[in-house]
Amino acid sequence: MEISVRVPAALRQMVGGRPVLAFDLVDGATVDALLDAVAADHPALERRIRDEQGALRHHVNVFVGDEDVRSLDGSGTVLQPDDEVSIVAAISGG
Amino acid sequence: MTETLVLVGTAKGLFSLRSTDGRRGFELEGPALVGEEVYATCIDGRGASTRLLAGSVSMHWGPIVRRSEDGGRSWIEEDEATVAFPPGTEASVARIWQLTAAGADQPDVVYAGVEPAALFRSDDGGRRFSLVEGLWDHPHRPQWNPGGGGLCLHTVLVHPGDPDRLLVAISAGGVYLSDDGGGSWRASNAGIVAAFLPGAPIPEFGQCVHKVARDVGDPERLYLQHHDGIYRSDDGGASWAPMASIAGVDFGFPVVAHPTRPDTAYLFPLQGAEYRCNPDGRCVVWRTSDAGASWSALTDGLPQADAHLTVLRDAFSTDGDDPAGLYFGTRSGEVYASADDGDSWQLLAAHLPPVLSVRAARIA
Repeated sequence: MEISVRVPAALRQMVGGRPVLAFDLVDGATVDALLDAVAADHPALERRIRDEQGALRHHVNVFVGDEDVRSLDGSGTVLQPDDEVSIVAAISGG
Repeated sequence: MTETLVLVGTAKGLFSLRSTDGRRGFELEGPALVGEEVYATCIDGRGASTRLLAGSVSMHWGPIVRRSEDGGRSWIEEDEATVAFPPGTEASVARIWQLTAAGADQPDVVYAGVEPAALFRSDDGGRRFSLVEGLWDHPHRPQWNPGGGGLCLHTVLVHPGDPDRLLVAISAGGVYLSDDGGGSWRASNAGIVAAFLPGAPIPEFGQCVHKVARDVGDPERLYLQHHDGIYRSDDGGASWAPMASIAGVDFGFPVVAHPTRPDTAYLFPLQGAEYRCNPDGRCVVWRTSDAGASWSALTDGLPQADAHLTVLRDAFSTDGDDPAGLYFGTRSGEVYASADDGDSWQLLAAHLPPVLSVRAARIA
């Protein structure tokens, strides 16, 4: 199944400026599997999303469609064909 | 052409101050690494050309070490994580607090001190770092506690005559020494009073050491700014004794050793553990020229009324020149400099974001 990933503007220089990436995953793949695929192709992008132990960074939100995965099954959330995944900086800072 | 470069790491990015006229005037550039907290930089002049390293953290996107091969005009990010805990540690790097180049006899070795407190070593000039497992596996580690800035390893000193002799300092864990290049470590805090802890006044470890600097003339002589005391060691850190108090104000964060003059060091005392600004609204750098037996107030060019400034542990540095250039940045965004060993000072920059780190050097 094909999954698209929307890359925030702050990280696009790591993927040649592309706002959207596409990944071909097996049916039933999870957000973690998607991020593993991101790591294989774009390691500098993936480590901005997850720390070295594989946890989503605290101030990074990952949405599947319009649902924050933290309100679903976290990075274990199962993806559906043609899902669009968005990487979003949390509204935090000072 | 040579220039004096001052890297000013702030809470919102990295600024540079450059002088090409013998430190009479400086031009401010930046910020680079916009929006990131820059706690550590390193100006590595061991190679044919100067290499810069910067350890920063984005609130959103995490920590990173970058390097620059063009004097800070551009920064290179490796594809793979430069500093990262290995699998099995169940830890992740929160901040990079220190980047220290080893001696000229180890031209590709760089150490990184991080939060949570751990030491990493690079053997390729800072491209990739590996965890120093001997310290990570130390049985004291679960009992270290974070200071106000976090559980950080903020000081790495490599002995100039023996690269296997390492000193690190942790807030709040204290001083640890290794004689075998980091394979094994021992706490070494004898003499340092931890008044903030119940129980024994001088525990084996747990002291909140804020910074340690090595004397330029005697490599066994060290100066230490503790949470609430100032100390000296004459035996390479094996034991510590109080230095003369600075008018009873012995709290502070940084300590800087003069780069060419033995027995000479600098402190920036702050008022107490609660206020943490310079006392009485007077900004004063204190200098000893007799290894801490006495101290002189340096005030020429520094604000002496209504100035309530804080200088953090890595925000005070020297450029290594003679006479020494000295530079400190404040949490209120000022950078002051002296080109005459601290006798007089000038304001180089103001209205910057809070200054977290300062490093300086003359570079080709």
